[in-house]
Amino acid sequence: MAKKFAIIATKGSLDWAYPPFILSSTAAALGYDVQIFFTFYGLNLLKKKLDLKVTSLGNPGMPMPMPMPVLMQAMPGMQAMMTAMMKQKIKAKGVASIPELRDLTIEAGVKFIACQMTVDLFDFKHSDLLDGIDYGGAATFLEFAGQSDIAMYM
Amino acid sequence: MSGFDQVLDASGLNCPLPILRAKKSLAELKSGQVLKVVATDPGSVKDFQAFAKQTGNTLVESNQESGKFVFLIKKA
Repeated sequence: MAKKFAIIATKGSLDWAYPPFILSSTAAALGYDVQIFFTFYGLNLLKKKLDLKVTSLGNPGMPMPMPMPVLMQAMPGMQAMMTAMMKQKIKAKGVASIPELRDLTIEAGVKFIACQMTVDLFDFKHSDLLDGIDYGGAATFLEFAGQSDIAMYM
Repeated sequence: MSGFDQVLDASGLNCPLPILRAKKSLAELKSGQVLKVVATDPGSVKDFQAFAKQTGNTLVESNQESGKFVFLIKKA
């Protein structure tokens, strides 16, 4: 029987969109049965129209092209600039874009579950999110996670 | 290098794309046929070993040719 891999995706930034999609698509390619439960900011990864951004604020580990005081990093336009630079780097290094990687993940047969509670909390509409995904709560996730060989929080 | 039935050029692609593309290409082959993968990602050397081990396909060869990594994978 196929191994099972359960992931909770909680983050909604461009950088943190990578781990759930990379690991789940690869696991599916290796024959795993994979489910991702998207909750809180992770719901952003399910939007039909992806608009993910990256910021260095609160993230001192992010490599910067030049040293920059934190207050300056908070200036208007900085987030858009950092996002554009990151996307450029992603392309230059042959790393998949998130829309491409998400499509590959779906194609590989990974099952997506959106947290209905967070959908309500943030006033998201089902029509804003991908078609064909499931909606559920903690019990839904735990039913699969309880039988899984690997469970990860991201 | 021995024979192969199909070639996948994954040059310039980074993790996990070479593995995902290889999986897709292997799906088009019949059991016993061989897929040749060309990659530039140094991480792919260990990744294709792990891929073969976990999918039951055989990694027949893993070589480095003029700065590129070349793998021959025989479909189970």
